[in-house]
Amino acid sequence: MIHVQGLTKRYGDKLALDDVSFDVQAGEILGLLGLNGAGKSTTMNILTGYIGATSGTVTVDGHDISQEPIEAKRAIGYLPEQLAFYGDMRVREYLDFVCDLKGVKTGRSEHLSSLCEHVGIAHMTHRLIRNLSRGYRQRLGFAQALVGDPKVVILDEPTTGLDPSQVVEIRKLVRNLGKTSTVIISSHILSEIQAICTRVVVLHQGRVLADDTPENLSRSAQSPQHLVARIQGQPERVQAALNRVAGIAHVTVLAQREPGAYDYAIDTARPDIRVDVFRALARADLPLLSMHSGETSLEQVFLRLVTGQVPPPTETV
Amino acid sequence: MLAVLKREFRAYFQSPLGYVFVAAVYFFAGYYFFTYNLYGNTTNMTRLFELLFPVILFLVPVLTMRLMSEDKRLKTDQLLLTAPVSRLSIVLGKYAAAVAVYLIAISATMLEAVVMALFAAPHWPMILGNFIGLFLLGATLIAICMLLSALTESQVVAAVAGFVVSLFLMLIDALALVVNSRFLQALFRNLSFNDRYRPFTLGILELPHIVFFLSISGLFVLLTVAILDRERWG
Repeated sequence: MIHVQGLTKRYGDKLALDDVSFDVQAGEILGLLGLNGAGKSTTMNILTGYIGATSGTVTVDGHDISQEPIEAKRAIGYLPEQLAFYGDMRVREYLDFVCDLKGVKTGRSEHLSSLCEHVGIAHMTHRLIRNLSRGYRQRLGFAQALVGDPKVVILDEPTTGLDPSQVVEIRKLVRNLGKTSTVIISSHILSEIQAICTRVVVLHQGRVLADDTPENLSRSAQSPQHLVARIQGQPERVQAALNRVAGIAHVTVLAQREPGAYDYAIDTARPDIRVDVFRALARADLPLLSMHSGETSLEQVFLRLVTGQVPPPTETV
Repeated sequence: MLAVLKREFRAYFQSPLGYVFVAAVYFFAGYYFFTYNLYGNTTNMTRLFELLFPVILFLVPVLTMRLMSEDKRLKTDQLLLTAPVSRLSIVLGKYAAAVAVYLIAISATMLEAVVMALFAAPHWPMILGNFIGLFLLGATLIAICMLLSALTESQVVAAVAGFVVSLFLMLIDALALVVNSRFLQALFRNLSFNDRYRPFTLGILELPHIVFFLSISGLFVLLTVAILDRERWG
């Protein structure tokens, strides 16, 4: 459905994209994962024909975006990261305008009604856009992207700035969308991508670091050899007790989180020593308050993918 | 193109801009009509159309200042540029919207001619010639000022640049008189909007002048498209 080959984009001296290639099959929900400035938005802007690439080709639905832009764009619905609206238009008027632009003629009023119903703005159609809240604007952006039932829907960080209940709703929308269209969605939140996507492309500093299923990616990201534990008692006693456990390589005191209880980062030489840790602490009469595998943040995924090493776990829980 | 035309035209009248522009042209056209036709007791509108030249020159930059720049500043161009429409039809749609508002504004002169016709017999072919001249002048200026608007994100900068161009177009006649070089003299004469516009006010339709205005309009519309294209690759 979408074929991206050797995409490179330069802004002056700055290399924003460096030889990015990937394919998206029909019906896939592809996640573009990356930190801010990794090149996600640039990639999407090129895919949608908003900006041109320095080199490389993009084919959407069999049409090259720079050779046959109109045919290619006809297959795409796009929700930019910061979609700007004409504030002095009304919701319905705006969607009519989008229909005009995309050449939707037959059955327009039914199409728009069902669309508004679908994204939950049916009761807002006569409001001025500038008076809409952030959440409703985002929904309108969604409706705008879905006008004309495009074969490909491209969503640039659709959940940023929304409250948690809206995020859940948007995710549901995207998942439903995946049943009828090919979807590309970008995010810097690993769990979000995991929840929605069937495949993930990880971008870092303009390059593709990984192209895999979310399951494989998170397996490689999660490291069973890190534990974070909250233990009550004197740090010296805890350290001494833990050092008696076979297989523990290193124990670091992270911070005091509760009165009398500290968090510890435990590096282990063999996988899963949780039972041993528990027993050792019980024997020393040191209450174990909580224990979990070291939280792997996206930054760690990147570090892991870049260096191939496991960075120390963060102290956030 | 029609979609863009419709939206831009509506936008002119969703903000005060369209009303202010039309009102300003109506005011000056009405004032000159009163002083030269009603007070001067003549059906000859030559003087009126002559005097509208500087008025149009200074009002058109206001009409076009937000045409391209606003989209760029607000990033509303993202919707247009990712929609399945060509850049040429986006530019043409915007251009046509401004020209339509301009037509409404200069319809003041036709209204006045109709009023005169109720009491006397104006020379219609001549008035029509006047009107065509005024239309071509405005359409050309709109194309030039649209390009200026596409070059900046600021409406103010677009307007000021438009005024500078207008002033230059007024000074170019005087410039032609003071330069020594034959070549520059001929160049300024040929570029003079005033020299090309004046025959229209006398009711003379000369093909070269019509072609001049039309080709300048076309050139600047295409240049605006080129600016949009350049930004895409920048």
